Amino acid sequence: MKNLKLPHKQLIADHIAGLPRSGIRDFFELVIGMEEVISLGVGEPDFATPWHIREATIYSLEKGHTSYTSNLGLLSLRKEICRYLRKEYQLNYIPEKECIITVGVSEALDLILRAIINPGDEIIYHEPCYVSYGPEIIMAGGKPVPLVTQEKNAFSLNPDQLAGLITSKTKAILLNFPCNPTGALLSPGQLKKIAAIAMAHDLLVITDEIYSELVYDDEIFSIASLPGMKERTIFLHGFSKAFAMTGYRIGYACGPAELIEAMMKIHQYSMLCASIIAQEAAIEALKNGAAEKEKMRRKYGERRDFIVDQLNEMGMKCLKPKGAFYVFPNISAFGLSSKEFATRLLKEKNVALVPGTAFGACGEGYVRCAYAASMENIIEAMDRIKVFLVNL
Amino acid sequence: MQDKILRLLSENARWSDQDLAKRLNISKKTVKKIIKNLEDKNIIYGYKAIVNEAVFAENEVKAIIEVRITPRRNEGYDKIAERIGKFPEVTSLYLVSGGYDLQLIVEGKNLHEIASFVSGKLALIEGVISTTTHFLLKKYKEFGKILHDSDEYEKLKVTP
Repeated sequence: MKNLKLPHKQLIADHIAGLPRSGIRDFFELVIGMEEVISLGVGEPDFATPWHIREATIYSLEKGHTSYTSNLGLLSLRKEICRYLRKEYQLNYIPEKECIITVGVSEALDLILRAIINPGDEIIYHEPCYVSYGPEIIMAGGKPVPLVTQEKNAFSLNPDQLAGLITSKTKAILLNFPCNPTGALLSPGQLKKIAAIAMAHDLLVITDEIYSELVYDDEIFSIASLPGMKERTIFLHGFSKAFAMTGYRIGYACGPAELIEAMMKIHQYSMLCASIIAQEAAIEALKNGAAEKEKMRRKYGERRDFIVDQLNEMGMKCLKPKGAFYVFPNISAFGLSSKEFATRLLKEKNVALVPGTAFGACGEGYVRCAYAASMENIIEAMDRIKVFLVNL
Repeated sequence: MQDKILRLLSENARWSDQDLAKRLNISKKTVKKIIKNLEDKNIIYGYKAIVNEAVFAENEVKAIIEVRITPRRNEGYDKIAERIGKFPEVTSLYLVSGGYDLQLIVEGKNLHEIASFVSGKLALIEGVISTTTHFLLKKYKEFGKILHDSDEYEKLKVTP
Protein backbone atom coordinates (compact mmCIF):
# COMPACT_ATOMS: atom_id res chain seq x y z
CA MET A 1 0.00 0.00 0.00
CA LYS A 2 1.17 3.51 -0.81
CA ASN A 3 2.06 5.83 2.02
CA LEU A 4 -0.89 8.23 2.23
CA LYS A 5 0.83 10.84 4.35
CA LEU A 6 0.33 14.15 2.56
CA PRO A 7 3.47 16.06 1.72
CA HIS A 8 2.04 19.31 3.06
CA LYS A 9 4.81 21.51 1.78
CA GLN A 10 4.29 20.28 -1.75
CA LEU A 11 0.61 21.19 -1.57
CA ILE A 12 1.40 24.87 -1.32
CA ALA A 13 1.01 26.82 -4.55
CA ASP A 14 4.30 27.92 -6.10
CA HIS A 15 3.59 31.64 -6.00
CA ILE A 16 2.78 31.42 -2.28
CA ALA A 17 5.71 29.18 -1.40
CA GLY A 18 7.94 31.68 -3.14
CA LEU A 19 6.72 34.65 -1.08
CA PRO A 20 9.27 35.89 1.41
CA ARG A 21 8.31 35.86 5.09
CA SER A 22 7.68 39.31 6.45
CA GLY A 23 10.83 40.66 8.10
CA ILE A 24 8.66 41.95 10.91
CA ARG A 25 7.47 38.46 11.71
CA ASP A 26 11.03 37.21 12.27
CA PHE A 27 11.65 40.04 14.61
CA PHE A 28 8.32 39.65 16.34
CA GLU A 29 9.24 36.11 17.27
CA LEU A 30 12.35 37.34 19.05
CA VAL A 31 10.27 39.71 21.14
CA ILE A 32 7.72 37.10 22.21
CA GLY A 33 8.41 35.88 25.68
CA MET A 34 10.71 38.76 26.60
CA GLU A 35 9.70 40.67 29.70
CA GLU A 36 9.88 44.40 30.28
CA VAL A 37 10.29 45.28 26.65
CA ILE A 38 9.77 48.92 25.77
CA SER A 39 8.43 48.86 22.29
CA LEU A 40 8.77 51.52 19.65
CA GLY A 41 8.00 48.77 17.17
CA VAL A 42 4.25 48.97 17.02
CA GLY A 43 2.55 50.38 13.95
CA GLU A 44 -0.64 51.29 15.73
CA PRO A 45 -1.81 53.97 18.15
CA ASP A 46 -1.06 53.37 21.83
CA PHE A 47 -4.45 54.94 22.57
CA ALA A 48 -7.50 52.76 22.99
CA THR A 49 -10.33 53.71 20.63
CA PRO A 50 -12.00 56.88 21.98
CA TRP A 51 -14.69 55.95 24.47
CA HIS A 52 -17.59 57.51 22.57
CA ILE A 53 -16.82 55.16 19.67
CA ARG A 54 -16.52 52.12 21.92
CA GLU A 55 -19.74 53.14 23.65
CA ALA A 56 -21.54 53.43 20.29
CA THR A 57 -20.23 49.94 19.43
CA ILE A 58 -21.76 48.52 22.57
CA TYR A 59 -25.03 50.33 21.88
CA SER A 60 -25.26 48.90 18.39
CA LEU A 61 -24.75 45.40 19.81
CA GLU A 62 -27.43 46.04 22.42
CA LYS A 63 -29.87 47.02 19.70
CA GLY A 64 -29.11 43.71 18.03
CA HIS A 65 -27.51 45.13 14.91
CA THR A 66 -25.59 41.98 14.11
CA SER A 67 -26.60 41.18 10.54
CA TYR A 68 -24.83 41.30 7.18
CA THR A 69 -24.86 44.63 5.39
CA SER A 70 -24.99 45.37 1.69
CA ASN A 71 -21.81 44.26 -0.08
CA LEU A 72 -20.73 47.85 -0.53
CA GLY A 73 -21.36 48.52 3.15
CA LEU A 74 -23.99 50.53 5.02
CA LEU A 75 -25.18 53.39 2.84
CA SER A 76 -25.32 55.64 5.90
CA LEU A 77 -21.60 55.04 6.45
CA ARG A 78 -20.77 55.62 2.79
CA LYS A 79 -22.68 58.90 2.95
CA GLU A 80 -20.76 59.97 6.06
CA ILE A 81 -17.47 59.06 4.39
CA CYS A 82 -18.28 61.04 1.24
CA ARG A 83 -19.31 64.03 3.35
CA TYR A 84 -16.06 63.76 5.31
CA LEU A 85 -13.93 63.50 2.16
CA ARG A 86 -15.70 66.48 0.63
CA LYS A 87 -15.06 68.60 3.69
CA GLU A 88 -11.53 67.53 4.61
CA TYR A 89 -10.03 66.40 1.29
CA GLN A 90 -11.99 68.38 -1.34
CA LEU A 91 -12.95 65.07 -2.93
CA ASN A 92 -16.40 64.45 -4.38
CA TYR A 93 -17.58 60.85 -4.52
CA ILE A 94 -21.07 59.49 -4.95
CA PRO A 95 -21.86 57.25 -1.95
CA GLU A 96 -24.14 54.95 -3.95
CA LYS A 97 -21.54 53.79 -6.48
CA GLU A 98 -18.11 55.31 -5.91
CA CYS A 99 -17.38 53.99 -2.42
CA ILE A 100 -16.92 50.53 -0.92
CA ILE A 101 -16.40 49.62 2.74
CA THR A 102 -13.67 47.03 3.31
CA VAL A 103 -11.98 45.11 6.07
CA GLY A 104 -9.22 47.66 6.57
CA VAL A 105 -7.15 49.30 3.85
CA SER A 106 -5.34 45.96 3.49
CA GLU A 107 -8.41 44.37 1.95
CA ALA A 108 -9.15 47.44 -0.17
CA LEU A 109 -5.64 47.28 -1.63
CA ASP A 110 -5.97 43.56 -2.28
CA LEU A 111 -9.29 44.15 -4.05
CA ILE A 112 -8.07 46.86 -6.39
CA LEU A 113 -4.92 44.91 -7.28
CA ARG A 114 -6.89 41.75 -8.04
CA ALA A 115 -9.46 43.80 -9.94
CA ILE A 116 -6.96 45.36 -12.36
CA ILE A 117 -4.00 43.02 -12.71
CA ASN A 118 -3.68 40.67 -15.64
CA PRO A 119 -0.80 38.20 -15.31
CA GLY A 120 2.47 40.05 -15.80
CA ASP A 121 1.09 43.57 -15.37
CA GLU A 122 3.49 45.83 -13.54
CA ILE A 123 2.71 47.96 -10.53
CA ILE A 124 5.21 50.62 -9.48
CA TYR A 125 5.46 51.34 -5.76
CA HIS A 126 8.02 53.11 -3.61
CA GLU A 127 10.37 51.44 -1.11
CA PRO A 128 10.96 51.41 1.84
CA CYS A 129 7.26 50.79 2.27
CA TYR A 130 4.62 48.95 4.20
CA VAL A 131 5.42 45.24 4.25
CA SER A 132 2.46 44.02 2.24
CA TYR A 133 2.73 45.99 -1.01
CA GLY A 134 5.17 43.72 -2.87
CA PRO A 135 3.57 40.44 -1.74
CA GLU A 136 0.03 41.70 -2.46
CA ILE A 137 1.01 42.56 -6.02
CA ILE A 138 2.57 39.11 -6.45
CA MET A 139 -0.48 37.36 -5.00
CA ALA A 140 -2.65 39.23 -7.48
CA GLY A 141 -0.46 37.90 -10.31
CA GLY A 142 1.35 41.13 -11.01
CA LYS A 143 4.98 42.14 -11.09
CA PRO A 144 6.07 44.50 -8.32
CA VAL A 145 8.37 47.26 -9.54
CA PRO A 146 9.93 49.04 -6.56
CA LEU A 147 11.14 52.59 -6.82
CA VAL A 148 13.76 53.36 -4.20
CA THR A 149 13.21 56.57 -2.26
CA GLN A 150 16.21 58.12 -0.58
CA GLU A 151 17.01 60.02 2.57
CA LYS A 152 18.76 62.76 0.55
CA ASN A 153 15.41 63.51 -1.14
CA ALA A 154 13.54 63.31 2.18
CA PHE A 155 12.24 59.92 0.98
CA SER A 156 10.02 61.64 -1.55
CA LEU A 157 9.28 60.16 -4.93
CA ASN A 158 11.51 61.41 -7.71
CA PRO A 159 9.37 61.98 -10.86
CA ASP A 160 12.24 61.29 -13.29
CA GLN A 161 12.96 58.00 -11.58
CA LEU A 162 9.27 57.17 -11.79
CA ALA A 163 9.09 57.97 -15.50
CA GLY A 164 12.15 55.77 -16.05
CA LEU A 165 10.41 52.70 -14.60
CA ILE A 166 7.32 52.89 -16.78
CA THR A 167 7.02 50.19 -19.46
CA SER A 168 4.23 49.05 -21.76
CA LYS A 169 3.23 46.63 -18.97
CA THR A 170 2.85 49.29 -16.27
CA LYS A 171 -0.71 49.50 -15.06
CA ALA A 172 -0.66 51.53 -11.89
CA ILE A 173 1.41 53.53 -9.44
CA LEU A 174 0.88 52.77 -5.78
CA LEU A 175 1.52 55.67 -3.43
CA ASN A 176 1.61 55.82 0.37
CA PHE A 177 2.13 59.33 1.70
CA PRO A 178 2.38 60.06 4.60
CA CYS A 179 4.62 57.03 4.40
CA ASN A 180 5.10 54.09 6.71
CA PRO A 181 8.02 53.72 7.61
CA THR A 182 9.70 56.97 6.52
CA GLY A 183 7.13 59.58 7.60
CA ALA A 184 7.63 61.30 4.23
CA LEU A 185 4.94 63.43 2.64
CA LEU A 186 4.71 64.81 -0.89
CA SER A 187 3.91 68.48 -1.46
CA PRO A 188 1.02 69.42 -3.78
CA GLY A 189 3.67 70.47 -6.30
CA GLN A 190 5.35 67.05 -6.19
CA LEU A 191 1.98 65.32 -6.49
CA LYS A 192 1.19 67.43 -9.56
CA LYS A 193 4.31 66.10 -11.27
CA ILE A 194 3.33 62.52 -10.52
CA ALA A 195 -0.21 63.21 -11.71
CA ALA A 196 1.16 64.59 -14.99
CA ILE A 197 3.20 61.40 -15.50
CA ALA A 198 0.20 59.21 -14.72
CA MET A 199 -1.91 61.11 -17.25
CA ALA A 200 0.80 61.12 -19.92
CA HIS A 201 1.17 57.33 -19.67
CA ASP A 202 -2.49 56.64 -18.98
CA LEU A 203 -1.85 54.95 -15.63
CA LEU A 204 -4.05 54.37 -12.63
CA VAL A 205 -2.91 55.80 -9.29
CA ILE A 206 -3.65 53.85 -6.14
CA THR A 207 -3.15 56.08 -3.14
CA ASP A 208 -3.07 54.59 0.36
CA GLU A 209 -3.78 57.59 2.57
CA ILE A 210 -4.33 55.77 5.85
CA TYR A 211 -2.07 58.27 7.67
CA SER A 212 -3.41 61.37 5.92
CA GLU A 213 -4.93 63.04 9.00
CA LEU A 214 -1.67 62.59 10.88
CA VAL A 215 0.25 65.48 9.34
CA TYR A 216 1.91 68.01 11.60
CA ASP A 217 2.91 71.08 9.62
CA ASP A 218 0.95 70.65 6.41
CA GLU A 219 -2.62 70.60 5.21
CA ILE A 220 -4.31 67.40 4.11
CA PHE A 221 -3.95 67.14 0.34
CA SER A 222 -4.79 64.15 -1.86
CA ILE A 223 -3.53 63.49 -5.37
CA ALA A 224 -7.12 62.50 -6.20
CA SER A 225 -8.20 66.13 -5.80
CA LEU A 226 -5.98 67.36 -8.65
CA PRO A 227 -7.78 68.19 -11.94
CA GLY A 228 -8.25 65.11 -14.07
CA MET A 229 -7.08 62.72 -11.36
CA LYS A 230 -10.35 61.59 -9.79
CA GLU A 231 -11.07 59.51 -12.90
CA ARG A 232 -7.75 57.66 -12.61
CA THR A 233 -7.28 57.39 -8.87
CA ILE A 234 -8.35 54.82 -6.32
CA PHE A 235 -8.33 56.50 -2.94
CA LEU A 236 -7.80 54.11 -0.01
CA HIS A 237 -8.44 55.11 3.54
CA GLY A 238 -9.71 53.79 6.84
CA PHE A 239 -10.21 54.36 10.52
CA SER A 240 -7.28 52.48 12.05
CA LYS A 241 -4.76 55.23 12.59
CA ALA A 242 -6.47 58.62 12.98
CA PHE A 243 -9.33 57.19 15.06
CA ALA A 244 -7.23 54.51 16.81
CA MET A 245 -9.49 51.71 15.53
CA THR A 246 -6.96 49.15 14.24
CA GLY A 247 -8.72 46.15 15.76
CA TYR A 248 -12.06 47.09 14.20
CA ARG A 249 -10.57 46.32 10.78
CA ILE A 250 -12.51 48.94 8.89
CA GLY A 251 -11.45 50.81 5.77
CA TYR A 252 -12.76 51.95 2.42
CA ALA A 253 -11.96 52.68 -1.19
CA CYS A 254 -13.34 55.48 -3.35
CA GLY A 255 -12.92 55.80 -7.09
CA PRO A 256 -14.52 55.46 -10.51
CA ALA A 257 -17.78 53.50 -10.34
CA GLU A 258 -16.68 50.74 -12.71
CA LEU A 259 -13.56 50.00 -10.68
CA ILE A 260 -15.52 50.02 -7.43
CA GLU A 261 -17.99 47.63 -9.04
CA ALA A 262 -15.14 45.27 -10.01
CA MET A 263 -13.73 45.43 -6.49
CA MET A 264 -17.18 44.76 -5.12
CA LYS A 265 -17.40 41.53 -7.14
CA ILE A 266 -14.31 40.11 -5.46
CA HIS A 267 -15.34 41.44 -2.06
CA GLN A 268 -18.81 39.92 -2.33
CA TYR A 269 -17.51 36.45 -3.12
CA SER A 270 -14.60 36.46 -0.68
CA MET A 271 -15.58 38.69 2.25
CA LEU A 272 -19.28 39.42 1.70
CA CYS A 273 -19.16 42.59 3.78
CA ALA A 274 -17.23 44.30 6.55
CA SER A 275 -18.50 43.69 10.07
CA ILE A 276 -21.62 45.75 10.75
CA ILE A 277 -20.38 46.39 14.28
CA ALA A 278 -17.27 48.07 12.94
CA GLN A 279 -19.31 49.93 10.33
CA GLU A 280 -21.61 51.44 12.93
CA ALA A 281 -18.63 52.40 15.06
CA ALA A 282 -17.11 54.11 12.02
CA ILE A 283 -20.25 56.23 11.58
CA GLU A 284 -19.88 57.42 15.17
CA ALA A 285 -16.19 58.17 14.57
CA LEU A 286 -16.99 60.40 11.59
CA LYS A 287 -19.94 62.12 13.22
CA ASN A 288 -18.45 62.90 16.62
CA GLY A 289 -14.78 61.97 16.55
CA ALA A 290 -13.12 65.20 15.41
CA ALA A 291 -12.11 66.44 18.86
CA GLU A 292 -10.55 63.17 20.05
CA LYS A 293 -8.81 62.73 16.73
CA GLU A 294 -7.27 66.18 17.02
CA LYS A 295 -6.20 65.49 20.60
CA MET A 296 -4.34 62.35 19.54
CA ARG A 297 -2.76 64.10 16.58
CA ARG A 298 -1.46 66.84 18.86
CA LYS A 299 0.04 64.22 21.18
CA TYR A 300 1.81 62.50 18.30
CA GLY A 301 3.12 65.89 17.22
CA GLU A 302 4.65 66.57 20.64
CA ARG A 303 6.22 63.12 20.71
CA ARG A 304 7.59 63.57 17.21
CA ASP A 305 9.35 66.80 18.13
CA PHE A 306 10.85 65.14 21.19
CA ILE A 307 12.01 61.90 19.60
CA VAL A 308 13.54 63.64 16.56
CA ASP A 309 15.59 65.95 18.79
CA GLN A 310 16.71 63.08 20.99
CA LEU A 311 17.72 60.76 18.15
CA ASN A 312 19.65 63.43 16.30
CA GLU A 313 21.39 64.46 19.48
CA MET A 314 22.66 60.93 20.08
CA GLY A 315 23.85 60.55 16.50
CA MET A 316 20.95 58.56 15.05
CA LYS A 317 20.52 61.03 12.24
CA CYS A 318 16.89 61.39 11.17
CA LEU A 319 14.67 63.74 9.21
CA LYS A 320 11.70 65.31 10.90
CA PRO A 321 8.81 63.20 9.61
CA LYS A 322 5.98 65.22 8.13
CA GLY A 323 3.30 62.66 8.76
CA ALA A 324 2.29 59.25 10.18
CA PHE A 325 3.90 58.29 13.50
CA TYR A 326 7.29 56.93 12.49
CA VAL A 327 10.85 58.20 12.37
CA PHE A 328 13.39 56.41 10.22
CA PRO A 329 16.83 57.18 11.62
CA ASN A 330 20.02 56.38 9.76
CA ILE A 331 22.17 54.02 11.80
CA SER A 332 24.87 53.28 9.24
CA ALA A 333 27.46 55.24 11.27
CA PHE A 334 27.41 52.58 13.99
CA GLY A 335 28.86 49.80 11.87
CA LEU A 336 26.01 47.34 12.39
CA SER A 337 23.43 46.09 9.93
CA SER A 338 19.83 47.13 10.62
CA LYS A 339 19.02 43.67 11.84
CA GLU A 340 22.08 43.43 14.08
CA PHE A 341 21.37 46.86 15.48
CA ALA A 342 17.73 46.06 16.28
CA THR A 343 18.51 42.60 17.62
CA ARG A 344 21.30 43.77 19.90
CA LEU A 345 19.26 46.70 21.16
CA LEU A 346 16.45 44.32 21.98
CA LYS A 347 18.66 41.76 23.69
CA GLU A 348 20.90 44.20 25.54
CA LYS A 349 18.50 46.99 26.43
CA ASN A 350 15.03 45.49 25.92
CA VAL A 351 13.99 48.14 23.44
CA ALA A 352 12.14 46.98 20.34
CA LEU A 353 12.54 48.85 17.05
CA VAL A 354 11.99 47.42 13.58
CA PRO A 355 14.99 46.91 11.26
CA GLY A 356 14.65 49.03 8.12
CA THR A 357 15.10 45.96 5.92
CA ALA A 358 11.63 44.77 6.96
CA PHE A 359 10.38 47.50 4.61
CA GLY A 360 12.53 46.57 1.63
CA ALA A 361 16.19 45.88 0.97
CA CYS A 362 16.85 49.61 0.59
CA GLY A 363 15.91 50.01 4.27
CA GLU A 364 19.36 48.67 5.16
CA GLY A 365 21.15 51.20 7.33
CA TYR A 366 17.92 52.40 8.94
CA VAL A 367 15.56 51.42 11.74
CA ARG A 368 11.95 52.41 12.25
CA CYS A 369 10.88 53.88 15.57
CA ALA A 370 7.18 54.40 16.08
CA TYR A 371 6.24 57.28 18.32
CA ALA A 372 2.76 55.91 18.86
CA ALA A 373 3.93 55.05 22.37
CA SER A 374 3.46 56.92 25.63
CA MET A 375 5.83 59.78 26.33
CA GLU A 376 7.05 57.94 29.43
CA ASN A 377 7.99 54.94 27.29
CA ILE A 378 9.62 57.10 24.64
CA ILE A 379 11.74 58.87 27.25
CA GLU A 380 12.78 55.56 28.80
CA ALA A 381 13.56 54.10 25.38
CA MET A 382 15.69 57.13 24.47
CA ASP A 383 17.64 56.83 27.72
CA ARG A 384 18.29 53.13 27.08
CA ILE A 385 19.30 53.71 23.45
CA LYS A 386 21.74 56.39 24.58
CA VAL A 387 23.47 53.92 26.90
CA PHE A 388 23.40 51.26 24.19
CA LEU A 389 25.14 53.54 21.69
CA VAL A 390 27.81 54.61 24.16
CA ASN A 391 28.70 50.97 24.81
CA LEU A 392 28.75 49.89 21.17
CA MET B 1 4.95 77.60 25.75
CA GLN B 2 3.14 78.51 28.96
CA ASP B 3 0.10 76.54 27.78
CA LYS B 4 2.24 73.54 26.88
CA ILE B 5 3.83 73.48 30.31
CA LEU B 6 0.45 73.82 32.00
CA ARG B 7 -0.99 70.97 29.98
CA LEU B 8 1.94 68.68 30.76
CA LEU B 9 1.93 69.52 34.47
CA SER B 10 -1.80 69.08 34.80
CA GLU B 11 -1.38 65.58 33.39
CA ASN B 12 1.58 64.80 35.60
CA ALA B 13 2.94 67.29 38.12
CA ARG B 14 6.03 65.16 38.69
CA TRP B 15 7.69 66.03 35.43
CA SER B 16 10.94 67.65 36.54
CA ASP B 17 12.19 70.93 35.09
CA GLN B 18 14.75 68.80 33.28
CA ASP B 19 12.08 66.55 31.75
CA LEU B 20 10.01 69.51 30.65
CA ALA B 21 13.01 71.24 29.16
CA LYS B 22 13.84 68.08 27.21
CA ARG B 23 10.29 67.55 26.00
CA LEU B 24 9.76 71.13 24.90
CA ASN B 25 13.29 71.69 23.67
CA ILE B 26 13.87 74.80 25.77
CA SER B 27 16.38 75.47 28.55
CA LYS B 28 15.83 74.37 32.12
CA LYS B 29 16.18 77.99 33.14
CA THR B 30 13.29 79.01 30.91
CA VAL B 31 11.13 76.25 32.36
CA LYS B 32 11.90 77.41 35.88
CA LYS B 33 11.08 81.00 34.96
CA ILE B 34 7.76 80.13 33.34
CA ILE B 35 6.67 77.93 36.24
CA LYS B 36 7.67 80.54 38.81
CA ASN B 37 5.60 83.08 36.91
CA LEU B 38 2.61 80.72 36.76
CA GLU B 39 2.86 80.12 40.49
CA ASP B 40 3.19 83.82 41.29
CA LYS B 41 0.14 84.62 39.21
CA ASN B 42 -1.85 81.87 40.96
CA ILE B 43 -2.40 80.09 37.67
CA ILE B 44 -0.82 77.08 39.34
CA TYR B 45 -2.32 76.85 42.84
CA GLY B 46 -0.34 73.88 44.03
CA TYR B 47 0.64 70.28 43.37
CA LYS B 48 -0.75 67.13 44.91
CA ALA B 49 -0.79 63.42 44.26
CA ILE B 50 -3.97 61.51 43.52
CA VAL B 51 -3.78 58.99 46.33
CA ASN B 52 -5.71 55.83 46.99
CA GLU B 53 -7.06 57.08 50.29
CA ALA B 54 -7.72 53.59 51.59
CA VAL B 55 -4.14 53.69 52.84
CA PHE B 56 -4.83 56.54 55.22
CA ALA B 57 -6.11 55.70 58.68
CA GLU B 58 -7.56 59.15 59.15
CA ASN B 59 -9.92 61.23 57.03
CA GLU B 60 -11.62 58.10 55.95
CA VAL B 61 -15.09 59.51 55.48
CA LYS B 62 -16.10 61.92 52.80
CA ALA B 63 -19.45 63.56 52.26
CA ILE B 64 -20.95 65.81 49.64
CA ILE B 65 -23.21 68.34 51.31
CA GLU B 66 -25.83 70.42 49.55
CA VAL B 67 -26.57 73.68 51.31
CA ARG B 68 -29.35 76.16 50.65
CA ILE B 69 -28.64 79.66 51.88
CA THR B 70 -30.27 83.10 51.86
CA PRO B 71 -28.07 85.51 49.95
CA ARG B 72 -27.51 88.86 51.66
CA ARG B 73 -28.00 92.29 50.19
CA ASN B 74 -24.74 93.69 48.74
CA GLU B 75 -22.87 90.51 49.56
CA GLY B 76 -24.76 87.88 47.61
CA TYR B 77 -23.52 84.40 48.43
CA ASP B 78 -19.88 85.28 48.85
CA LYS B 79 -19.68 86.20 52.52
CA ILE B 80 -21.47 83.05 53.72
CA ALA B 81 -19.48 80.91 51.32
CA GLU B 82 -16.20 82.39 52.50
CA ARG B 83 -17.23 81.72 56.06
CA ILE B 84 -18.07 78.11 55.37
CA GLY B 85 -14.89 77.68 53.37
CA LYS B 86 -12.75 78.56 56.37
CA PHE B 87 -13.60 75.29 58.14
CA PRO B 88 -10.72 72.87 57.55
CA GLU B 89 -13.21 69.99 57.23
CA VAL B 90 -14.40 71.56 53.97
CA THR B 91 -12.02 70.48 51.21
CA SER B 92 -13.98 71.90 48.25
CA LEU B 93 -16.75 74.43 48.01
CA TYR B 94 -18.74 75.46 44.95
CA LEU B 95 -21.66 77.77 44.19
CA VAL B 96 -23.94 75.87 41.83
CA SER B 97 -27.14 76.41 39.89
CA GLY B 98 -30.23 74.27 40.49
CA GLY B 99 -32.11 73.16 43.56
CA TYR B 100 -29.53 74.27 46.10
CA ASP B 101 -26.83 76.90 46.30
CA LEU B 102 -23.56 75.60 47.71
CA GLN B 103 -21.95 72.23 47.25
CA LEU B 104 -19.35 71.22 49.82
CA ILE B 105 -17.03 68.28 49.98
CA VAL B 106 -16.27 67.52 53.60
CA GLU B 107 -13.77 65.10 55.10
CA GLY B 108 -13.72 63.55 58.55
CA LYS B 109 -12.26 60.67 60.49
CA ASN B 110 -15.62 59.01 60.87
CA LEU B 111 -19.36 59.45 60.39
CA HIS B 112 -19.71 61.02 63.78
CA GLU B 113 -17.23 63.77 63.05
CA ILE B 114 -19.03 64.78 59.89
CA ALA B 115 -22.41 64.63 61.60
CA SER B 116 -21.20 66.92 64.34
CA PHE B 117 -19.71 69.34 61.82
CA VAL B 118 -23.06 69.55 60.05
CA SER B 119 -25.27 69.84 63.10
CA GLY B 120 -22.85 71.71 65.33
CA LYS B 121 -21.36 74.19 62.90
CA LEU B 122 -22.70 74.29 59.39
CA ALA B 123 -26.42 74.28 60.11
CA LEU B 124 -26.01 77.00 62.74
CA ILE B 125 -24.45 79.57 60.44
CA GLU B 126 -26.73 82.52 59.92
CA GLY B 127 -28.27 82.41 56.46
CA VAL B 128 -28.08 78.63 56.07
CA ILE B 129 -31.62 77.38 55.37
CA SER B 130 -31.06 73.67 55.01
CA THR B 131 -28.39 70.99 54.46
CA THR B 132 -28.51 67.59 52.77
CA THR B 133 -25.60 65.25 53.43
CA HIS B 134 -24.56 62.49 50.99
CA PHE B 135 -21.87 60.17 52.27
CA LEU B 136 -19.43 59.04 49.63
CA LEU B 137 -19.58 55.28 49.12
CA LYS B 138 -17.15 54.53 46.32
CA LYS B 139 -14.92 56.43 43.94
CA TYR B 140 -14.88 55.49 40.29
CA LYS B 141 -13.07 58.45 38.79
CA GLU B 142 -11.30 61.43 40.27
CA PHE B 143 -9.43 64.31 38.62
CA GLY B 144 -9.73 62.67 35.24
CA LYS B 145 -8.28 59.37 36.48
CA ILE B 146 -10.32 56.21 36.29
CA LEU B 147 -9.68 54.49 39.57
CA HIS B 148 -10.44 50.84 38.94
CA ASP B 149 -7.83 48.60 37.37
CA SER B 150 -8.00 48.42 33.63
CA ASP B 151 -7.72 45.00 32.07
CA GLU B 152 -4.46 44.15 30.42
CA TYR B 153 -4.74 42.14 27.26
CA GLU B 154 -2.44 40.53 24.79
CA LYS B 155 -1.31 43.48 22.75
CA LEU B 156 1.40 42.92 20.15
CA LYS B 157 4.84 44.40 20.77
CA VAL B 158 5.85 44.62 17.12
CA THR B 159 3.51 45.17 14.18
CA PRO B 160 3.93 46.42 10.61
